[in-house]
Amino acid sequence: MTAPDPFPRLVPLGLDGLLVSFADRLQDRANRAALAFRAAVEAEGIDGVTETASSLVSAFVAFDPGRTDRDALDRKLHEMIDAHDWYAADLPGGRRRFTIPACFGGDHAPQLDDAAEQAGLSREEAIAELCAHPLRAMALGFAPGQAYLGELPEHWNIDRQTGLTPKVEMGAVVVAVRQMIVFATSSPTGWRQVAMTRFQGFRPDAGDDAIALAPGDEVQLRAVDADTFAGLTPPEGGATVEVIA
Amino acid sequence: MTEVTILRAGPGVTVQDMGRPGFIAQGLSRGGAADRLAVLEAAALLGQPPAAGLELPPVALSLSVDGPTRIALTGSAMRAAIDDQPIAWNASHRIAAGQKLNLSPLGGGYGYVTFGGGIDTPLAMGARSAHLAAGLGRALQEGDTLPLGEDQGTQTDLVIDPVDRGTDRPLRLLPSAHTALFSQADRDRFDGTTFTRDARANRQGIRLTHDGAPFATEGQLSLISEIARPGDIQMTGEGQPYILGPECQTTGGYPRIGAIVPQDLPRAMQAPPGATFRFRFVDRDEALRDWLSDDARLTDLKRHVRPLTRDPRDIRNLAAYQLISGVTTGEAP
Repeated sequence: MTAPDPFPRLVPLGLDGLLVSFADRLQDRANRAALAFRAAVEAEGIDGVTETASSLVSAFVAFDPGRTDRDALDRKLHEMIDAHDWYAADLPGGRRRFTIPACFGGDHAPQLDDAAEQAGLSREEAIAELCAHPLRAMALGFAPGQAYLGELPEHWNIDRQTGLTPKVEMGAVVVAVRQMIVFATSSPTGWRQVAMTRFQGFRPDAGDDAIALAPGDEVQLRAVDADTFAGLTPPEGGATVEVIA
Repeated sequence: MTEVTILRAGPGVTVQDMGRPGFIAQGLSRGGAADRLAVLEAAALLGQPPAAGLELPPVALSLSVDGPTRIALTGSAMRAAIDDQPIAWNASHRIAAGQKLNLSPLGGGYGYVTFGGGIDTPLAMGARSAHLAAGLGRALQEGDTLPLGEDQGTQTDLVIDPVDRGTDRPLRLLPSAHTALFSQADRDRFDGTTFTRDARANRQGIRLTHDGAPFATEGQLSLISEIARPGDIQMTGEGQPYILGPECQTTGGYPRIGAIVPQDLPRAMQAPPGATFRFRFVDRDEALRDWLSDDARLTDLKRHVRPLTRDPRDIRNLAAYQLISGVTTGEAP
């Protein structure tokens, strides 16, 4: 096999899928490119394309092999790649910002001190930084509606734990490698739990609204005290939503 | 409205259909039947569109209905009887109100019970299938009732020649996300290795074992997480391959050496523990040679449906069960 093309490049995924990859490691500009390119493919309405998605650094295009000339689809995607500087593209419209109350105290933040120390911050500084800016849902995965939120400043590039936390509850806020996750399920994790929310990212009984977040949406935490937190209930957990673009 | 009552169910019996495409971006894999072909074969037998039915891992199930109902039995063959009357697999039958359908496993694959009119539970995100890995729906248990849709058909006592699910022919592979990261030597070795289906398997994936060195890529511990789909063959940290199933995660950071072509995936999912596999990398033209859309596959399957006869040469298994149980054939079909 010849050396891979430089980025962006097309990578086949089996009989009926393609990735348009913008990098092979996490980069904010590649994530923006993936989000923008996926939106462009959706908008283009290419005949035979059955589903699109984006991962951290790629746009995914699924197609019906029976209705799609693969060479023509490759050409079309290459034309689209060449038509813009996708790394500088605007993020797609229709994105939303979720402001989610979070409690950083006591049992709700069992590893906050540890995580803050790893990041070289005091506990108070860590809370302030984690709430300071909206973070982008760079991709969803692991569980339905579970967003990888990023990126945090460079000093949050902290390793995963060597061992696993046997279980964090749905709504737990965990951090590692410049990213934050609000757990959409109850699960073991190698990331450190720094806060708790009552936000439910996956609502199996909510029909077509089962998944709250989409890639490109933003999440900003708002610190609340334990008394306020005690009054919050899933699935919203006190979250507010606004359209940002 | 006719209702099905679950009288007894082993662990892991779920409602399954063709799954829910369209949610990969939001972290939900397609799900649906592990053996999609079995859903299409049932549709061909019942003369209806693909419908939600019951998927049984190799466990027993007993159910009854409160009105006359057509059923089709497809997928991995199980011992089947209406009350004490053995009935044929890969066939459609009529079951009357109050009669019991009893199924017990023979092999290690997934069996399917599909009803005329289909299971008519509410749609959730466009489908009725349980996706246990995601927390969508649940396994069925004793006492559960399931509504059926209106049956537009009348024919029963039909049999279908099932598509071969054996693994004696290699499973064909096309490139996937990380194929190019594996050395040509390792890809050739993968092609030449015989793998064994491990006992560790579920709807998320099937573990394979093999003799010889593990399969690994350069720098695989720092791979960025990328889109994963059913049929992908993923190498864990130990270099042991897993075939991803319908409830796989939508993204993954383990390298994937290839993707099983969709029409070969039922053979992979139906293989019992201990079955052996070979894989063969093919080109796109070879993969497309016998590929059919679900619609075209259903049309093709209908050509393989014929009347179920009582000729013992055709229903050797049925005769065997009668000998075992000592039950004589009662009514004619």
